[in-house]
Amino acid sequence: MKYTEDHEWLRVEGDLVVVGITDHASEQLGDVVFVELPEPGRAVSKGDEVVVIESVKAASDILAPVDGEIVEVNADVADNPGMVNEDPTGKAWFFKMKVADLSALDAMMDEAAYKDLIG
Amino acid sequence: MGGFGRPGRCRIIGTGQDEGRAALADLKRTVLYDLHVRLGGKMVPFAGYEMPVQYPMGVLKEHLHTRTAAGLFDVSHMGQILLTAKSGRVEDAALALERLVPVDVAGLKEGRQRYAMFTNAKGGILDDLMVANRGDHLFLVVNAACKDADLAHLKAGLPDCDVGMVEGRALLALQGPRAEAALARLVPDVVDLKFMDVAIRTWDTAELWISRSGYTGEDGFEISVPDRFAEVFAQKLLDMDEVAPIGLGARDSLRLEAGMCLYGHDIDETTTPVEGNLTWAIQKARRAGGAREGGFPGADRILKELDDGPSRRRVGLSPEGRAPMREGTEIFAGPEGGAAIGVVTSGGFGPSIEAPMAMAYLPAGLTEGTVVYGEVRGKRLPAVISPMPFQPNNYKR
Repeated sequence: MKYTEDHEWLRVEGDLVVVGITDHASEQLGDVVFVELPEPGRAVSKGDEVVVIESVKAASDILAPVDGEIVEVNADVADNPGMVNEDPTGKAWFFKMKVADLSALDAMMDEAAYKDLIG
Repeated sequence: MGGFGRPGRCRIIGTGQDEGRAALADLKRTVLYDLHVRLGGKMVPFAGYEMPVQYPMGVLKEHLHTRTAAGLFDVSHMGQILLTAKSGRVEDAALALERLVPVDVAGLKEGRQRYAMFTNAKGGILDDLMVANRGDHLFLVVNAACKDADLAHLKAGLPDCDVGMVEGRALLALQGPRAEAALARLVPDVVDLKFMDVAIRTWDTAELWISRSGYTGEDGFEISVPDRFAEVFAQKLLDMDEVAPIGLGARDSLRLEAGMCLYGHDIDETTTPVEGNLTWAIQKARRAGGAREGGFPGADRILKELDDGPSRRRVGLSPEGRAPMREGTEIFAGPEGGAAIGVVTSGGFGPSIEAPMAMAYLPAGLTEGTVVYGEVRGKRLPAVISPMPFQPNNYKR
């Protein structure tokens, strides 16, 4: 698993990358009540806003962690946003990307580095 | 009521999260601060106080717990004010207060409480409050952010009265369908009280000032308790299975579902009570042709709006879909083009109604059932003008 400074996790599945948010992010957000997912097939650049999450507190954006194409989204999360709090690193993944260059993940934080980041 | 606030006559505050760290040192604490910390409350700056925005249960579950069992809120930051006429007669205190509020205070019977608002010369609202008749004087509860300004306003406007902020008393709210059963274990005779009754009761050796009211739309009580008893009293309630501590986050979603105004957001110095859809709080006696018509700040405008209708009005909005329309969301008449016709003043997700909800000021001609469009992240999403409350009240009348 790799991590971004925006508290996303990335897991490589074959030639795809699965993206979600960390336990820490889920706790900080509070109870999630709304998730808006991108259209599959959308080409994205690193930093594009691709997912909107609304919690009881506020709206947050999930950014594309790398360049690529959204190939699949998790409709279950949009139907049941509470999953993001229950299982953020498992069932509540947001989207799968076909990534232009998988080596872009190499420079990202591993679990130990991410734990250092959140203290 | 409620307490979040904007700049103005009241203390400048944010939504509890955006006050700078530099200000932390200046923040006051309620007598229950240590209890909040021990309970795992996440403390945030709010109306000049460090207050719990949520506990480990989380906003959603705290909200639902209050609607199904009982929630305990620390509202000690709010202002408790005693108002006594120099004549010693409560009738004189009531008539005096009527100079500042468009509400029938003289008609308020002993042991009863009602909602009121201080108005300014333009008919705007300086603060909203509760007024209780306690036999020989009036007891007021005002918003935390406005309490100093309110006290000064009362002193300046009522030279024929003695006005003082109550010191040394905490204020708790116990809300929800199990609130009566919980409180009755400590104070059995609270079951006699009906919605908006007030009474003094004793627990241990403490004198409790109890009202059967609150700001959640549920049955419940507000309990003023001497500081030195506050923590043990709160802990006794929290020891009961049905009672959980509830933070400001759920307090906000509960009051919004109940259709109640948050001062500084849904009503302020620029909105009149008529625009704010609070005409129910202006009794006949103070209206045109009433026994004590007018005689409060801004009466010209407010009485005229009561007759002719206001140009805009606070309405409920039910956004279609699940996306909340938050405060500041601009509202449009159509899905494309045109200028904004209004703005959301409070908005969020209602855990009990399982849907987004909002309040907005819109042109008064728009009726319930009309579809309008809120611009969220650059997209115009439909919302229906809806009756409030979003969640039915559950008062013991």
